[in-house]
Amino acid sequence: MTAATDYTLAELCIVAASKAFESDGEVLATGIGVIPRLAASLAMKTTNPDLMMTDSEAWLLSEPNPLGKRADDFVPAAETWMGFSRIFDNVWSGRRHAMLGPTQIDKFGQTNTSALGGTYDAPKVMMLGARGFPGNSISHPNSFFVPSHNTRVFMDGECDFVSSVGYNPARLPKGHSLDDIDIRLVVTDLCVMDFGGPDHQVRLVSLHPGVTAEQVQENTGYPVVIPEEVAVTAAPTQEQLDIIAAMDPHNQRAYQIKDNPPGDRS
Amino acid sequence: MNKQMTAQEMVAELSDGMTIGIGGWGPRRKPMALIREILRSDLKNLTVVSYGGADVGMLCAAGKVKKVVFAFVSLDFIPLEPYFRQARQSGAIEVMEIDEGMMLLGLRAAAWGLPFMPTEVGLGTDIVSKNPGIKVIDSPYDEKEWVAMPALKLDASLIHADRADTRGVCQIAGPDHYMDDWFARAADKTYVSCDELVDTAFFHDPVQARMVHWERSQTTGVVPVAGGAHPTSCSPMYGFDVPHFKAYTASAKDEAGFKGYLDKHLGASEEEYQQSVGGLDAIRAIELPTY
Repeated sequence: MTAATDYTLAELCIVAASKAFESDGEVLATGIGVIPRLAASLAMKTTNPDLMMTDSEAWLLSEPNPLGKRADDFVPAAETWMGFSRIFDNVWSGRRHAMLGPTQIDKFGQTNTSALGGTYDAPKVMMLGARGFPGNSISHPNSFFVPSHNTRVFMDGECDFVSSVGYNPARLPKGHSLDDIDIRLVVTDLCVMDFGGPDHQVRLVSLHPGVTAEQVQENTGYPVVIPEEVAVTAAPTQEQLDIIAAMDPHNQRAYQIKDNPPGDRS
Repeated sequence: MNKQMTAQEMVAELSDGMTIGIGGWGPRRKPMALIREILRSDLKNLTVVSYGGADVGMLCAAGKVKKVVFAFVSLDFIPLEPYFRQARQSGAIEVMEIDEGMMLLGLRAAAWGLPFMPTEVGLGTDIVSKNPGIKVIDSPYDEKEWVAMPALKLDASLIHADRADTRGVCQIAGPDHYMDDWFARAADKTYVSCDELVDTAFFHDPVQARMVHWERSQTTGVVPVAGGAHPTSCSPMYGFDVPHFKAYTASAKDEAGFKGYLDKHLGASEEEYQQSVGGLDAIRAIELPTY
C-alpha cells in the first residue's frame, strides 16, 4: 500500500490512533468522540477484525456503524445486547480498550474530566464528572486523543481532580504495581506519545509531518522524553482513507481539529 | 392490587430530606413528569442519586437538593448540564462524586442488603480522597486494598417506563433499561410513570414479558403520563427534544434564569406543561437520536 499525499490532519490522527487497537485481540474497542470512534472502526475493518464495538447505545456490532444519520433501510449488524449495565461486566473483565479525550493529562498520565480550579466544594469550572474514568483506568488499557496539544491539557503539576489513575507512585494502591496500569497511546494534533520513558515518563513516539520535537515540548507542561531517532507519523494509505470516508459519510471528521488542517504541515 | 396513583399522590408520599433515586441516563428516559411534580411541590433537602441529566439540573436550580450522588450530569449532545454546573460552581450543593460503575455497585449492595461491595474502582483517584464516606479496606483473602463502595439505600426511586399495568408490571421497551432495575430494587418505594397503561394480558406474550426487568413487588405506584419523559427520550416511542434542551441550556445565561424557564413551561399541571411544548402529538413525533 502506498501512502496518500492528500489527507487531512484528522485522517492522519485516525490512522495513528487506530494503531492503538491493532494488537489488542478480541476486546471491546470504545472510541468516544469522532476521531477515536473512527480509529477503532478502522482497526476493526483492517488490522484487527477480532475487535468488538458497540453502536454507542445498547448493541454490540459485528461491523462498526457509519457515523451520523444513516439511510432508513440501514440495518446495524447487531450480535448481542450491550446495555450500560453490561458494559461494566466487560470493563471489569479487562477485555476492553477505551480511547477518550480528557480535559487534563498530567505527567503521571492521570486525567481529569471533573472540575477545574477553585475548590472541590465550589470549583471554578464544573465539567462532566468522573464518569467511567476511575473504573476504566484500573481495569483495562486506555488511550487518549487530544485535538489541541497545549499546556492547559498537558499541564504542569497534578490534575485538579484525578479522575483516572496514572503512574503516580504517591497514589499507588496497596498491593498494586505501577505496571498494573496500562496507558497506551496519546494521539494529539502534533504527535503520538506513550508513557514508555524511564519511570513511565511520557515519551515521543512519532511527530506528525511538519511538526518538531521542540514544538511538542513547548506545548507540554512537563518534560517529554525525546529519543534520538523519532519517526514521522505514517501517512494514511488510500485504502485507509477510503474506509474512513465510508465510515464517516457526513465528514464529521472535518470538524474535530480547528480549521481542519492538512496532514502534512511541512 | 391496584397501584395506580396520581403524580401528586406520589410526590405527597415523599418527604423533606429523603434520598431519591432517579432512573434513566443523561437525556434518556427520565421520569420528568414526576420531576415537574416535585418542582410544583414544597419538597426540599433531597439527596439525589442519578445518572444525571436535566432531572438533576432542574431539582438543583429549584433549590430542592441538599446533595447529589453522581458520576456525571450531562445532556450528552450538550455535555455540561447548565444548572448542575451553576449549583456546583456556587458551592450550593454537597456532592458524592463516584464512578458510573460504582453507582451500580452501590445500588446492588442496597438491593441485596449488603453494607458495601468491594471493588478496585476508585483506587488511586480523587474518588477516594474527596469522599470521606468511601472507605478503602483490606481483603481477608489477599494483600491488596479495595474500595468498599457503600450501599446506596434509597427512600424512593422515580422511574419512567414505556408501559405498565395497574399491578406494577413495568415494561421498558427501548434498547436499554439502564440501571432502572437496580434503582427499583435499591429503594423502599418505587414510583413509576409510564407512557401507556396496559391490561395485564398484554404481558402474556413472552416477547413483551421479556422486556419487564423487575418484579411487580418492587413497584409501589404507577401513573400513566403519556409523553411523561419529555424533554428526555422514551425510545422507541420518541427521542429527546433537542431544541427544547438548547433553549433550556440558554436559559441559564438569561437574566430570568431557571425561573424564566419555569414560567414559560412548568404550568400547574402536566397538561399545561405539554401545551407549552406543542402537545403530546408533537412529543411523540420527536425523532429518535442517531448514535
